[in-house]
Amino acid sequence: MATVHVENIKKTYDKGSVLALDNVSFDVKSGELFGLIGPDGAGKTSLFRILTTLLLPDGGHAQVAGLDVVNDLWKIRRIVGYMPGKFSLYQDLSIEENLQFFATVFNTTVEKNYHLIEDIYVQIEPFKKRLAGKLSGGMKQKLALCCALIHEPKVLFLDEPTTGVDPVSRKEFWDMLDRLKTRGITIVVSTPYMDEASRCDRIALIQKGKILELDTLTKIIGRHAQNLYAVNADNRYQLMHDLRKPAEIESSFAFGEEQHVTLRTPENGENYLIDYLTQTGHSDITVRKIDPTIEDVFIKLMLENQ
Amino acid sequence: MNNLFFLLQKEFRQIFRNPTILRMILLMPIIQLIVIPLAADYEIKQISISVVDQDHSPYARKLVQKLTASGYFQLVEYTQSYAQATQTVGDGKTDLILTIPPHFERDLIKLNKGQLYLAADAVNGVRAGLGTAYASQMIGDFNREIREEWMLLPKFNEIPQIEITSANWFNQHFDYHLFMVPGIMAILVTMVGAFLTALNIVAEKEVGTIEQINVTPLKKHEFILGKLIPFWVLGMVSITLGMLIAFVVFSILPVGSYLTVYVFSAVYLLGVLGIGLLISTFADTQQQATLFAFFCMMVFILLGGLYTPIESMPDWAQWLTKANPPAYFIKVIRAVYIKGSTFTDLLPDFFAMVGFAILFNGLAVLNYRKRST
Repeated sequence: MATVHVENIKKTYDKGSVLALDNVSFDVKSGELFGLIGPDGAGKTSLFRILTTLLLPDGGHAQVAGLDVVNDLWKIRRIVGYMPGKFSLYQDLSIEENLQFFATVFNTTVEKNYHLIEDIYVQIEPFKKRLAGKLSGGMKQKLALCCALIHEPKVLFLDEPTTGVDPVSRKEFWDMLDRLKTRGITIVVSTPYMDEASRCDRIALIQKGKILELDTLTKIIGRHAQNLYAVNADNRYQLMHDLRKPAEIESSFAFGEEQHVTLRTPENGENYLIDYLTQTGHSDITVRKIDPTIEDVFIKLMLENQ
Repeated sequence: MNNLFFLLQKEFRQIFRNPTILRMILLMPIIQLIVIPLAADYEIKQISISVVDQDHSPYARKLVQKLTASGYFQLVEYTQSYAQATQTVGDGKTDLILTIPPHFERDLIKLNKGQLYLAADAVNGVRAGLGTAYASQMIGDFNREIREEWMLLPKFNEIPQIEITSANWFNQHFDYHLFMVPGIMAILVTMVGAFLTALNIVAEKEVGTIEQINVTPLKKHEFILGKLIPFWVLGMVSITLGMLIAFVVFSILPVGSYLTVYVFSAVYLLGVLGIGLLISTFADTQQQATLFAFFCMMVFILLGGLYTPIESMPDWAQWLTKANPPAYFIKVIRAVYIKGSTFTDLLPDFFAMVGFAILFNGLAVLNYRKRST
């Protein structure tokens, strides 16, 4: 059964002039770690705010644990945990006081659900008397997760939990989510980092309020098997220009130190590229056929979508 | 109810942890109540006067002596040239020029009348008005003294005279503090009630904590009560502090009952908390709230009768003050403190305050509903 069911959700801002969500539909299975991946402004936060009953959709339906986000909002608020993208706990209360406050608001106690947060809380417990505003980014993250978990939610919504967190803390954070998943909590998480997609059971690529693709990471990449080549030459700027000219080249975009190129004709791509670049006067040419990453897929889908 | 208790616990914890709020509540009343009544005094003393004496007679000297001995005037210049005196006015060093023309004494005795010329620097209208009024009164006195001196023994009053004797009721000694201190107390309660509440709620919006609160099962009314109750309590604390300072520093005690003061404060606070709540529904940042509060405060004070009496405002402005909650509270506090008015005397004001409380809280709730979609 789907724990989160989203059907044709639509949301506009500024009297309809800005389209934030354009008929979005998807299901999140029970106990799944589901990732919403997309750039800033894709509509991730709007979607989260609708699912956590903070925002009314302009059209469509959505259910969380079988409850309607518009009609059953008070029931939903008891069973979801939400961690907004911006740190939203009381900066002038200590770790301990924040946790206690959010426990009491849900009519429960820290002791009762301590087992849920234990392995996260022990990391920040030495600083429990410290005011939340004085914590480091990683510690704030952990505290926010504890507060979102303290009422034993069925579904956890995490809006860009790793944005602005150092790589080590990011990895730790995903490890924590894995452990929470084993407790049967359904987790919906959004991130602008493509590399975090591999940590999710299934992902949805979202751009400009539309879901471009939704599946497991390997299936998405497999479906978009491309003739992808990593190209490099000594004059990078000229290379970028020249690779945009021929009709045979489907797409070309800068990717780190190299230029990633896809071709319309699958055969002899390497030879074609080397020939073409030699003719246009490049030297130090390297062309490798590579397997696409999620980032390549995303860029391809984005270009198609435009 | 349980939730409300935890909210209040949280709120008070935050308030006691916030040095700015504590300072506002504890130090602000002390400073405002002590400094403002002492500094902003309406009674104008030390009016600078230039005397252009072109007569140099004993009477002229007597007149000047009378003026300077009163304590109201300070002689800054004694000259023979009117031009020089106007120059002193131009320099801003004197407020008033009294010109005693040549043959003043002679004319007074021989022709039975003399002329004096009084000129005032009217850049500061209040000083000019009061200065000429004081001076005219003293010259009048001087005139009478001379008449008495010459008539020596008036056997009978040839000219019927009306003499006005005035008595000040309630504030016999015309003590400015007695008038000002209760008014400032009213303003303090307004500031604590309206603006600290507004800023506090807007801060939750700005920091984003309201987002986290909104996904909890906490009901709206619990959240709002959790905000209003602490500031209601703080408002009552600040009026108590105000009364304490009024007694300790100025020995001012209410002629009426403390209970009346508290009952009115309690109801008035509900109204100003409503104003605070209303501001918080349309301000998204503390900066917006502060600017709006600043604007409100100007209106509250200037149209509230704190400095300028409402009765002397033009008709349209008097109507405006009827929509200004602090005007009622300032009036009530003064009435209880100075006149000893009882609750029943002030019943119309009580109803007005109840009305304001319902109006502002109602508007806040309506506006909140409208914006929450």
